Amino acid sequence: MRTTTVIIGAGQAGLAMSRCLSERSIDHIVIERGEVANSWKTERWDSLRLLTPNWQSRLPGYGYRGDDPDGFRTMPETIAFLERYARVVAAPVLTHTRVRSVRRAGDGYLVSTSEGDWRCRAVVMATGACNVASVPGVAAAIPPTIATLSPLEYKNPDQLAPGGVLVVGASASGIQIAEEIHRSGRPVTLSVGEHVRVPRSYRGRDIKWWMDRIGVLDERYTEVDSVERVRGVPSLQLIGSDDRRNIDLNGLRERGVEVVGRLAGVAHGKAQFSGSLANLCEMADLKMNRLLDRIDEWAAALLPSAELEPAHRFEPTRVDPAPRLTLDLASGAIRTVVWATGFRPDHSWLDVPVFDRKGRVKHDGGVVEAPGLYLMGLPFLRRRKSSLIDGAADDARDLSAHLAAHLDGRPTKARARQPLSELAGAA
Amino acid sequence: MSTTKELANNGVNVEALLGAREALTQTPEAAQFVWRAKNEWVNGTHSRSTVERFFGLGAEQQHKQPYTFDADHPEIFASEDNGATPVELVLSGLASCLTAGIAAVAQNRQIQLRSVTATLEGAMDIQGILGIDGDVRNGFSGITVRYEIDADASPEEIKAVVAQSQKRSAVFDIITNPTNVSVEVG
Repeated sequence: MRTTTVIIGAGQAGLAMSRCLSERSIDHIVIERGEVANSWKTERWDSLRLLTPNWQSRLPGYGYRGDDPDGFRTMPETIAFLERYARVVAAPVLTHTRVRSVRRAGDGYLVSTSEGDWRCRAVVMATGACNVASVPGVAAAIPPTIATLSPLEYKNPDQLAPGGVLVVGASASGIQIAEEIHRSGRPVTLSVGEHVRVPRSYRGRDIKWWMDRIGVLDERYTEVDSVERVRGVPSLQLIGSDDRRNIDLNGLRERGVEVVGRLAGVAHGKAQFSGSLANLCEMADLKMNRLLDRIDEWAAALLPSAELEPAHRFEPTRVDPAPRLTLDLASGAIRTVVWATGFRPDHSWLDVPVFDRKGRVKHDGGVVEAPGLYLMGLPFLRRRKSSLIDGAADDARDLSAHLAAHLDGRPTKARARQPLSELAGAA
Repeated sequence: MSTTKELANNGVNVEALLGAREALTQTPEAAQFVWRAKNEWVNGTHSRSTVERFFGLGAEQQHKQPYTFDADHPEIFASEDNGATPVELVLSGLASCLTAGIAAVAQNRQIQLRSVTATLEGAMDIQGILGIDGDVRNGFSGITVRYEIDADASPEEIKAVVAQSQKRSAVFDIITNPTNVSVEVG
């Protein structure tokens, strides 16, 4: 079978690209291992809601039209939103089709799938940033009597045995899961590594509203001092809820969650936690305050008459003077370990030599070295918002333009020639 | 933010460090270092360590000259006090590592330092090392580091420099995280 472009993955990134290619009348198909919004359907926990408000899910030619622009979508609502989008843009999605390999073939690619082979001139990999849970090597030393799971498998606390739970990681997934498990009555120990603390709301507006307005989310990968560093920044400590509540280490600690340092090792059946917790919390507080400073400066300059609540600062993160350094995993106090230690994409089916020494696909803003091969939906791919639903539109527009130029044999430029923002690198 | 600052000079060649970082990103094998020390018993609890050679950038390297460090225990431990106690050398190592980091980070951020002093305390219950109570650990129960820094920067900026220095400090990592130690007898 032949087509011009194969898009792999029918999530927000793949669908946005499909819409942009349709606008350019570029013949394409979208291959999906399951159904539209498959990861949202099958790899998220029950209580999860989007961290971005409803108004912020803007896809090419489509946005929020309901009466709750500031609300946070549940997973069924997110799935329904993407299903509607797929219908509206008439995306040519081939569901239940698993990609087995992508190889160079002539001046294009051969995409082998469970339902047959496709020849094409360009491939867009939009399979997501969170295919595989990144579990640290020390996982192998966890005693086998303890159940372990990642956020990809976690659904709700009823899955877990009664008893203590060690949640490793305190970014968006870890801090939400720790809170929920704690509420189920199980004692929770939360192991905290590097994290990004932000308030849900500031001066009466959602933090995502501010980040959108002041331009943080639009910062480009060409504007930051180290793209490698910003691509590794953990997700924000946030939760989407009806009461727009904050979620932070102070709140969890007050309710009885034991906050300990980064899990550094497991030896002789004991988990060992780093003694650097105070510094990581201090760094997160300083970073949050730099963002709030930037918001205040922006508001003072550009929203002088706006009715905003006064500027203020949040209570610094309180850390026990001597947090626990070891935890006996053999005592039976801990029955479950949840690895909320991040995710990585799975490109194991890509049979083109474009990987770096750490097994990641090398790319320049989503343009892979191999001509006609593109990536979407990864953290800070082209912009800080690249991995958000709201980031798919701009990236799809940029990359579809590059892809069209490639198909036409015109010269292509990966980099957006935008003047360097004066604010670049300040966050 | 918009004012032009005089170029800061803390005596750290940041360009060389950034250049090395760039070069080592391309050749990770050259980033593999081995640090070494030799130690010889003198008498009683007195011993002398010498550092001279190390491995890095793919080759044997050496200091401009050998450096020696005498270690002993104070007289209240019935020793002769011919040098610092080993745990004081650990505190010195931590302080030197963090201070070097502060100078480098400040240089990179164009912050002029005028003075940096650190005061360290390591609390220890010596019932551990004396074997009186098996529940007491041998090492420090905690370390506190107090910095007094006079610099051309806001308190928040200075805090951020000190925080970044901890984030990139080898000795801070060695002390706060477990390390496998293998001791053999030849």
